[in-house]
Amino acid sequence: MKKYLSVFRIRFIHSFQYRAAALAGVATQFAWGFMEILAFRAFYASDPAAFPMEFHELVSYIWLQQAFLAVTALWFFDADIFEAISSGGVAYELARPMNLYFMWFAKNCGTRLSRALLRCVPVLAVAFALPKPWGVSLPPDFMTFVCFLISMALAFFVVVALVMLVYVITLRSISPLGPRYFLGAISELLAGATIPLPFFPDKLRAIVELLPFASGQNAPLRIYSGNLAGAEMAQAMLMQLFWAIALTAGGMLWLRASEKKLVVQGG
Amino acid sequence: MRLYFKYLGIQLRCQMQHKGSFFLNMIGQALTSLTTFLGVYFMFLRFHTVAGFTFEEVLLCFATVLLCFSAAECFGRGFDAFSRMLGNGQFDRILVRPRNEALQVLGTNVDFTRLGRFLEALAVFAYAIPKCGVAWTWDKAATLLMMLVCGTAVFIGLFVVYASLCFFTTEGLEFINIFTDGGREFGRYPFSVYGGRVLKFFTFVVPLALFQYYPFLYLLGRAQHWWYCLLPPISLLFLIPCRFLWKLGVRHFRSTGS
Amino acid sequence: MIELRGISKTYKVARRNAGFAEAARALFRREYEYVRALDEVCFAVETGEMVGYIGPNGAGKSSTIKVMSGILTPDAGECTIDGLTPWKKRREHARRIGVVFGQRSQLWWDVPVVDSFELIRDIYEVDAAEYKRNLEELTELLELSQIMRTPARQLSLGQRMRCEIAASLLHSPSILFLDEPTIGLDAVSKLAVRAFIKELNARRKTTVILTTHDMNDITALCERVLLIGRGRILFDGSFGELRGLYREAPGADPNASSEELVAALYKEMKI
Repeated sequence: MKKYLSVFRIRFIHSFQYRAAALAGVATQFAWGFMEILAFRAFYASDPAAFPMEFHELVSYIWLQQAFLAVTALWFFDADIFEAISSGGVAYELARPMNLYFMWFAKNCGTRLSRALLRCVPVLAVAFALPKPWGVSLPPDFMTFVCFLISMALAFFVVVALVMLVYVITLRSISPLGPRYFLGAISELLAGATIPLPFFPDKLRAIVELLPFASGQNAPLRIYSGNLAGAEMAQAMLMQLFWAIALTAGGMLWLRASEKKLVVQGG
Repeated sequence: MRLYFKYLGIQLRCQMQHKGSFFLNMIGQALTSLTTFLGVYFMFLRFHTVAGFTFEEVLLCFATVLLCFSAAECFGRGFDAFSRMLGNGQFDRILVRPRNEALQVLGTNVDFTRLGRFLEALAVFAYAIPKCGVAWTWDKAATLLMMLVCGTAVFIGLFVVYASLCFFTTEGLEFINIFTDGGREFGRYPFSVYGGRVLKFFTFVVPLALFQYYPFLYLLGRAQHWWYCLLPPISLLFLIPCRFLWKLGVRHFRSTGS
Repeated sequence: MIELRGISKTYKVARRNAGFAEAARALFRREYEYVRALDEVCFAVETGEMVGYIGPNGAGKSSTIKVMSGILTPDAGECTIDGLTPWKKRREHARRIGVVFGQRSQLWWDVPVVDSFELIRDIYEVDAAEYKRNLEELTELLELSQIMRTPARQLSLGQRMRCEIAASLLHSPSILFLDEPTIGLDAVSKLAVRAFIKELNARRKTTVILTTHDMNDITALCERVLLIGRGRILFDGSFGELRGLYREAPGADPNASSEELVAALYKEMKI
């Protein structure tokens, strides 16, 4: 376990070096969130009855999305890993007495968490301080907040497990572009990053909510503001749990199979 | 200019060496903007207008900005990949050649895969131009053309700003994305949607609205003043500070050598 | 004619210690130190001379080359090359010089070498007759005819270096800066490159300034050696004189190779 923590730690320190990058990231995410909210505001103004969420729910959704971008973004890959695969450096990693899946997993978690930590605190601080319709509101009650935390942790697992699948596909096909673009683009839409899932047409939304992508940011961000509550919330969290286990197990087995193939081919 | 076309030729031949990844890349670029398009589409299934604009009108705006952005990206991409050129010493090589630095940087990094987005924008245009309810006359067609040309130039200007800042720092340049990628994403709606202050910002500071919002109103016949159609060329003034910043950057590079 | 007088240059470098706490601290505060890369560098090179420029890593060789090629503006001092100050008249100056960076490529990776040559011809606006003449001459001297239609990425390092050198000479520069042109090359390629530089100097009277870590390059090519250490010119004379300087030092080995000799000198001068 210690070695995985060590991998995690080194990624963490690495990201900490870039102070200006963090500052700029915060500024960017802040401006981005604001523009999104303004756009939704315009739609709200043109027809409040058609708005499928409470406006304050949407505002919280956008700010939390910006704050936890590094945790939930599906297009956020570890360039080192692609490099290791395409250059054949992955052979070194296979030679180490570590489980490749866990190692890559820890690496991804480290990069993402350090980024999120540096960015979410300032973004949230400002978003809480903003006046009424523009700022993040507190969750309706304490239990909701606890559920949000659990759901966010599960979302983190699901997202990293999804990204791990891309590395495995890359390892097998050597062309990272195809799967990367798919996950980078279409899945962002299906995850509720482009617009929150309640804004989807209802029939489409019913299907999309069953997909693993919806177990990413969609669940925790909607739980936080009380948009998902009661039975719906329980269902969403169970889905998350299911996908977290299924994707991790699937990815691990698939990677093991690919490793064997790699060894047989001699790398 | 002739030299620039030579650069284009050699880049095209280079990129065609890897046809598979070239086309995948191109499709990937198009996919990214397709999600934005679907986002807009879903929103309009629910709401029929936003700030007084219909779906087809918004699409015209969306396509204009996307086309400008993708053209700028295709030809001005050199500036976007610029920090790498500084890192690996390619810029040193450019400085020992007797030609304009900016031209060489542009020529060295043309990225034709960006045409994926360009084609997508053309497709949206093909749909929106007949449907948006604009009675197309010569002056309106000319205005649209000006919007496209000037928009491309302004986006290239933004890439130049980005590259110029690379001379001073290698990190923290992410915030420029608010105007480049952000300009593309936010520009999918007319800037008035975001309220008066944002509109003012994008009019007087980063003049995206000069080639997007005002002439767009003129096309729709809703402009308060006829001279809105002449605003796109005004946005070109933005290129002056961009050029100044670039010169400053080159000078800084030549005095620090890094 | 190249003349440098009192050229100085100082760089500012950020520093940070290892460890987690340090990384967090550096988020808020940064320390800098100043490095004097060039310290009152003075020398002159006559037209048609071949000069070897040596010194340990980080001594200021590259900075000097950058100043002379117009990339870098020094803090103080004057430099005139054929009547021009390189950093003031960059473009005009660039037409007259050729630069080979041994560790970097100027060829386009995915197209045949000859395509790169044609683009370089257009960049330098070389007229058709001159280009044809130069290309024929270079092809013959560097034996490029076999490899010119191959994409650069498929060439061996030695083949590529020959093409790099040709690319820097297509516009018939009167001065050639070679920054480690033999780095990583095998023995055959090294000899070929050396023979070519010698021939070029004899035929065209091209002034050559060569930086290298391989002392055999120097002994084979250069009458004159400049030694730089910690930003200062420490020696200017023939390689024979440099050898003489070493023999006077205590504990000198009369049979020392040129490599050992230079290493001992670096140690002696504490650079």
